Amino acid sequence: MTKQGVEPDSLSQPFWDAANEKRLVIQNCVDCDRLQHPPSDSCRDCDEGAELEWKQVSGRGTIYNYGVVHDCPVRLLQEDQPFNLAVIMLDDDPGIQMYSHLPGVPVDEVPVGAAVEVIFEPSANGQLVPEWRVIED
Amino acid sequence: MTTPTAPDSMYRNDEGLGIWEHRGKVAAVGVGHGPTSRRWDGRAETCVGAITIDALRKAIDDAGVAPDQIDGLVVVPVTTTGAFWEAGKPLPMDVIQSFNQTDDPLDGIAKLSAEWLLANMPELTNVQFTMYGPGCMSNALNVTAQAVGDGLTHTCLVVKSWHNFEGRYYQGGANAGNAIPGTPAITQLWGGPASYSTALQFAEYCRRYGKTHEMMAPFMENSRRNGLRFPEGYWAQHRPEELIPEDYLASRWIAKPANLFDNDIPIMMSGAYLFSTAERAQDMKQKPVYILNHASSNTRPRSLLPTLDEVEADTARTGRKIYEGAGISADDLSFENMYDGFSLFHQFHLEGLGYRGIKFGEALDFYQTDISIEGPNPVSPSGGNVGSGRSRVWMHTDCIQQLQGRAGARQVTGVKPEVGVSGGPMPLGGNYTVWSASPD
Ligand SMILES: [Zn+2]
Repeated sequence: MTKQGVEPDSLSQPFWDAANEKRLVIQNCVDCDRLQHPPSDSCRDCDEGAELEWKQVSGRGTIYNYGVVHDCPVRLLQEDQPFNLAVIMLDDDPGIQMYSHLPGVPVDEVPVGAAVEVIFEPSANGQLVPEWRVIED
Repeated sequence: MTTPTAPDSMYRNDEGLGIWEHRGKVAAVGVGHGPTSRRWDGRAETCVGAITIDALRKAIDDAGVAPDQIDGLVVVPVTTTGAFWEAGKPLPMDVIQSFNQTDDPLDGIAKLSAEWLLANMPELTNVQFTMYGPGCMSNALNVTAQAVGDGLTHTCLVVKSWHNFEGRYYQGGANAGNAIPGTPAITQLWGGPASYSTALQFAEYCRRYGKTHEMMAPFMENSRRNGLRFPEGYWAQHRPEELIPEDYLASRWIAKPANLFDNDIPIMMSGAYLFSTAERAQDMKQKPVYILNHASSNTRPRSLLPTLDEVEADTARTGRKIYEGAGISADDLSFENMYDGFSLFHQFHLEGLGYRGIKFGEALDFYQTDISIEGPNPVSPSGGNVGSGRSRVWMHTDCIQQLQGRAGARQVTGVKPEVGVSGGPMPLGGNYTVWSASPD
């Protein structure tokens, strides 16, 4: 399924630039050394002014939870309904979540708890977007 | 006059604040509702501003207060259900010209300012205090209770209204485009509908505690039953249909495990109350309902969506705040009217409260017992958004009416109505009010 294109803005530019290089980076607070996602202009735990950086993570995670979307508000995705929409927890910090359509996993047959690794898929305007696939063992 | 948004200092966000300093000294007296409809039909007399004026005038009349005695007005300025006036769409000039308009032509049509209301309610000659409570009636009620307690106003109206336009909501704007900006893309590219987050929390709940979506059916049936006894509500006014388990369980999925009925129906509506000091309330037309406490949560999830652990920690914290400030315990609740839109999180609120002693993971079993208004354990006697459409208001109206003994066909009969609690919206992030038939 093809997602909407992405027009990086100043806050998200490093995330999307890294994705185009097939690297997954997550915002990190230099002061408290804590990842945060989605990114923000300030650290949610420190006073304003804490320095934020982008930190490359391993690209490994587990499937934490999922639902099956039958009625999607995004027009471009509607032809692919119903589809899986899972939440991945990163191995680097299991409090940090990312979404995934879990390409290749049959609808509503999502193995919760399974290990996944990041892949990168082109969106409608060519911007690569992080996605996740189940690691077969 | 420019109306300010309520400052953080008006909310009771923290544990350990002790008994609310104005406990029992603020009262709700009058209730008013405008008519409901599914969508705006484009007429001046049905626009969100018009139904709001209608609700406010009914609340004033219900309380039996002369309009010139009212010195405060708290408004929720946002009225959208998710429907927005599309950029470039011609303005409805005939509607705009029917009112005393502010600088914003969509005021009274797609939003609501205190200034617009005062300009169109000339009988409110003495309003000195105006304030915005953002988001929900639940928020505005906290602001109103605190404002009256603090002496910023002695007789105060509070109102929340909703507009809904033609077309499917949330489907326009960025969702219709082929590209979106990079920051919202991080959360929106995957296309989860509004109920997706709640659906996931519910899925995690079912996995952890061995429960099923089918177990929601008695709650849904009970909520619609109560809603059909709510003459101010959408289903009672327009579609007096029961919701039997077979129909509930057969309805289409939106974001499985959330189905169509787990998503409340967007409507046009307006609900208003008249608050006053406990002293002044004695002379008004209806029995005062005293505010024992208000409490808030502004907790945010660590990452994209709240986990079940985060939900349970916060609803429990909210329960403790509610009871602490009111000086009561769960045993004192006659009934509960916590929020239900989406239906799949009502059990989180219930368990956080420990209503009737239930613990985490037990609410769906509790739903299989007698939760009716006739029984000893009424659950959502208002019927909530499930029973009357999207408003986040019914739960509050019901608390007031139950404690005044004028909930009509919805009146609880299995318990003596003495103390109720209402509020929401989400398990993380909400505002709550404790109501009582007596000030102490
Ligand atoms: Zn920090």
